[in-house]
Amino acid sequence: MRLIKELGAWFEARVQLATPIRQTMQHQVPRQAASWAYVFGSAALIVFMLQLVTGILLALLYVPSAGEAWNSLQILNHQVALGWFIRALHGWGSNFMVAIVLIHMVQVFLFGAYKFPRELTWVVGILLLLLTLGMAFTGQVLRFDQDAYWGLGIGASISSRIPVLGSRLVNLLLGGPIIGGATLSRFFALHVFVIPGSLIAFVGLHLLLVLKLGINEWPMPGRVVRRATYLKEYHELTRKDGVPFVPGAIAKDMFFSGFILLVLAACAFHFGPFGPSGQPDPTIIQTAPRPDYFFLWLYAVLSLLPPSMETPVLLIGPVIMLGLLLALPFISGEGEKSWRRRPIAVLTILLVAVSLGTFTHLAGNAPWSPVMDAGSAEPIPETYLKSRSALERQGALVFQAKQCHNCHALGGAGGERGPELDRVAVQLTQDQLIRQVIQGGGNMPAYGKNLSPAETTALVAFLETLRPSGLEPARDASRASEAGALR
Amino acid sequence: MIVPGGFSRRGVLVKLGILFNAAVGTILAVPIVRYILSPVIRERKPGYKSWLSLGLLGQFPEGQTRLATYRSPTANPSDGETANIPCWVRRVDGEKFQVFAINCAHLGCPVRWFPQSGLFMCPCHGGAYYSDGSRASGPPERGLFEYRYKVEQGSLLIQPGEMPTPGVPTARLINISTGRPPCG
Repeated sequence: MRLIKELGAWFEARVQLATPIRQTMQHQVPRQAASWAYVFGSAALIVFMLQLVTGILLALLYVPSAGEAWNSLQILNHQVALGWFIRALHGWGSNFMVAIVLIHMVQVFLFGAYKFPRELTWVVGILLLLLTLGMAFTGQVLRFDQDAYWGLGIGASISSRIPVLGSRLVNLLLGGPIIGGATLSRFFALHVFVIPGSLIAFVGLHLLLVLKLGINEWPMPGRVVRRATYLKEYHELTRKDGVPFVPGAIAKDMFFSGFILLVLAACAFHFGPFGPSGQPDPTIIQTAPRPDYFFLWLYAVLSLLPPSMETPVLLIGPVIMLGLLLALPFISGEGEKSWRRRPIAVLTILLVAVSLGTFTHLAGNAPWSPVMDAGSAEPIPETYLKSRSALERQGALVFQAKQCHNCHALGGAGGERGPELDRVAVQLTQDQLIRQVIQGGGNMPAYGKNLSPAETTALVAFLETLRPSGLEPARDASRASEAGALR
Repeated sequence: MIVPGGFSRRGVLVKLGILFNAAVGTILAVPIVRYILSPVIRERKPGYKSWLSLGLLGQFPEGQTRLATYRSPTANPSDGETANIPCWVRRVDGEKFQVFAINCAHLGCPVRWFPQSGLFMCPCHGGAYYSDGSRASGPPERGLFEYRYKVEQGSLLIQPGEMPTPGVPTARLINISTGRPPCG
């Protein structure tokens, strides 16, 4: 015991860190800031540390070569003791980290913590968010499976739309003319050196700012931030109604961090690692690439935007978003902090949350993508074939053979790219059906060249049977009146 | 020692020191930036302009569209199977071909050919193209990318160049030597 004490004194005489550490631990924080609402920053830090450790563990066996990466992940999954668990921890850690960082950001926004004098803390936080998303994307690339390969293609295609520099940026991003070994190597360098290095540096700065400026006090409606008086008021508050950070506030942080790590480990254990999906062989084209969870909303946006809007939205949208986020503390650096007095802030969060949630949900079943094998894999419901004429059944065959089913659902199965056709006969007359099939339109390709007149006749005959019993088929009103006039 | 005019000998030395380091830094930055930009500068990369055989004409029946694959002429050993690139070959008739890139003109996903309905369909965002590569529906703003091709000694040759991407007007498979649009 005495030996330890002496060793400690020996080191302390040289590093002289005891006083600053003690001061840091015991700095006063507002009593109400020792709250369960303030635990997300430290939780993000803990998950980041877990990512560092599991990342290094994976790097012991991962081979960052386009020809070997996929195999090395298979070995990690199947041949190394608990390799699958380390991969699962790292993969789930990534999801948790993005989620916690976002929650932390929402909390900071709603509590007005970005206001004077904490503007720089917010700006560094935005940088940390971008770096975290950068880690998520580059990490997805390192998995180097089919999704990673085609995801890179999508990244390259988006970059190529930047005016003037586009094609050069693509080459820089890919490290050459095609997606290959150089691409993986540079994403490896980004994922394990460049971005984590920046993250560590900026996390340090972020924490330093939190210590120097003090943790945000609990926002009270009516307690208004003014540049002239805020610092004095804050010090008054921590002096009168403050607790030392240790042990006053840290207990909740510790419990929450531990809880998050436990849940993360449970997810990793229960659900296992992510992928890898198929080999990164571009000649295997029987694939439907999907991005990871946190980029699903983007996938949906890219599918739903009208073509002419896409490039402007893709290129200008992020710039505006980023500009707004960075400008926020300078635009509204003073005033009310409480969300009770900031209805627009609350509505903004709700709007963003609902939009992201909706897009993510939509991307879950991707109604805009044709179901590539529906023509052969999804049968036409039996009821649509019972007691039908030979011609109508022939039409059902055409429907399957010409892949109509890939985009149009029948009986709830098949693609959702086009409208479902269970009641199409109620909506379109025979003439309209023929026109639509032959000329296309409204996002449907024209089939005129690929259907013989006999096939068109049969297909339309089948489509005309598609209506719920009891509903009349659509009629051409002009013809009916003509017929009436003749009579 | 204070020199008249407010300069001290040490102050000048520090400034000179900063200047010296800035100069050395700049000299070092030139090769570093050039190294980073090497994928863009391309001059040392062989294979950009080479012609590559997709196979004998007999492999491509007239009036049909077939999948062909080639090994990228710029491939390194470390590229593994990623350098095996597929493309769609449509033999219109005789020696008239269309060779389409596999990448959707929207965001680069692999399009699949459906001979029955005569359409290329993309699994990602729902783009569709007619058999001649022109846009049929969905988010793409243009038809499929086409490779330059020629027929020599009974083989079909293409100039693969680089991975085609949308957005840049020259992205119709960039022809590095002349910048002319490819035939097709």
